[in-house]
Amino acid sequence: MTIMMDTGNRIAAKAAVMARPEVVAAYPITPQTTLVEAIAEYVAHGEFKGEYICVESEHSAMSACIGASAAGSRTFTATSSHGLLLMHEMLHWAALARLPIVMCNINRVIGPGWNIWVDENDSISQRDTGWIQIYCSSNQEIFDTVIQAFKLAEHQKIILPVMVNLNAFILSHTSMPADIASQQTIDDFLGRYIPHWKLDIDNPTTFGNIIGPAYYYKIRRAMQEAQMHAKHLIPQIAKDWKKTSGYYHGGLLEYYKCEDAEHILLSMGAIGAESKIAIDELQKAGQKIGLARVRVIRPFPTEEIRKIGKQADLIVIDRNISVGLEGVLFNEVKAALFDESGTKVTGFIAGLGGKDVTYKDIEDMCQKAIQGKTKEQTWYGMEE
Amino acid sequence: MGHLHFEFREGIIVSSKSLVEICFHGRGGQGAVTAANLLASAALQDGNKGVQAFPFFGAERRGAPVRAFARISGDEIHLRSEVYNPDIVIVLDESIMEIVDVLKGLKPSGKVLINTRKKPQDFEFSKQYTVATVDATGIALKYDILVGGIPVVNTPILGSVPKILNRVTLKSIQQAINSKWTTKKELSDRNIKATQDAYDQTEVSF
Repeated sequence: MTIMMDTGNRIAAKAAVMARPEVVAAYPITPQTTLVEAIAEYVAHGEFKGEYICVESEHSAMSACIGASAAGSRTFTATSSHGLLLMHEMLHWAALARLPIVMCNINRVIGPGWNIWVDENDSISQRDTGWIQIYCSSNQEIFDTVIQAFKLAEHQKIILPVMVNLNAFILSHTSMPADIASQQTIDDFLGRYIPHWKLDIDNPTTFGNIIGPAYYYKIRRAMQEAQMHAKHLIPQIAKDWKKTSGYYHGGLLEYYKCEDAEHILLSMGAIGAESKIAIDELQKAGQKIGLARVRVIRPFPTEEIRKIGKQADLIVIDRNISVGLEGVLFNEVKAALFDESGTKVTGFIAGLGGKDVTYKDIEDMCQKAIQGKTKEQTWYGMEE
Repeated sequence: MGHLHFEFREGIIVSSKSLVEICFHGRGGQGAVTAANLLASAALQDGNKGVQAFPFFGAERRGAPVRAFARISGDEIHLRSEVYNPDIVIVLDESIMEIVDVLKGLKPSGKVLINTRKKPQDFEFSKQYTVATVDATGIALKYDILVGGIPVVNTPILGSVPKILNRVTLKSIQQAINSKWTTKKELSDRNIKATQDAYDQTEVSF
């Protein structure tokens, strides 16, 4: 095996290049910059043979990806925070046009106050655009997920863009080892991208033209069906990848020590990795608690949440807030359980603005929830 | 390419699986982050399955105090939070100690490695902690390891680490340096010699 000891950003770039996209269009933004710089290095060294388009904004980056993907190219980009928000209009476009673009988003705070650290409000605020959203918790998972994202996006029953999220700095700038699958393994796994349709001067067709309500209604319905199908396909692709590479990080969720658990913690991203230590410590202290790390938030894993809701009371940590309501994962978990009247769900907001969340914090949150000492949702670690 | 790439050597025995956390203190531009990366890569070569290296998450300025971190473990590391209680503190620039409390959070059994011409006993806290010293600046000057005319101590001082941490070998540190500068063999050779000098010249208090 070949181990690459490098940052999450550079490992994401490695995976992206090994997937052999024909077009990358990107605009730099901290903390995504080192990812697109790494791709530029691959261009300079002749290791990336696709077209690398430097554009003047993220709106243009996504627009260029849309054009390239519509012309039948495998397409990749990366962004973060305000860059993702500037893409907002074109994110909807990419999904409604059914273009299998793969994008890494480095989860960074939205300003003001100006802040480059992690929270997940950037991608969470884009959850209704139709993109599939996956959240990683280690550099190995980043590598494996970027490869799997192309397979998923281009699957004939999906044909939707996929956003692979990694937390700012904690993953983007932290070096950890990742086992790099061989180019042959990746080529065999992905195959060539054969577009279902494309802009082709030899076979002219019109796309994105004016259509009436009845057809538009069908477009929305078809997107929804594709996302629902992705619930089956994401775990299947993860298992197929495990067969070839040996690595598996979970399907829609990653379960950790959930057997006989009376409480299950739900968390995402880097907190999802740190949570494993908290679960070990809590089990040592006699608590029957497990972890379900949420990898995929769109499509939302409703059925699996209901299943664990039947087994255990749930504790949810959100590194995001839908201002005026509550943490989005907390809200959506409760919605999934609306007819499971016996399940207690306790929520925490934690780590906004990049505030560190340690396993001791996670233990403390779980203890408070188990003892019933919290309000429905608590802002954890707020310094008065 | 600048990243470290190597074939993993299986079956090397790691004496302990427990977690070691290391904090580097230096000034922006001194290469604290590179040092943390090289150390973690070397530790991986030595069979420690879990390694991590990361900068302090924030804006960095040349000359201002900076920190970088490394974690070494026999098992996969799930920690993603900051290092609060290091086992080892490595000081690249001793003048930092006038403005930064480098001992903050250091475990009672902790060790401190300092780039200085002084002896370990010259530091008051050597009564409390194991202190190792090495003149990494002198070694960098000897081997002409300079950036913009300023001696770069990050690689030389790594040669001293095996003297206070048995989880990583000098050979692996040198190998990590070698794979970082694959296209600049002459520079890599000077850095490797510097680590050998640092290893030989390190003084440790007990």
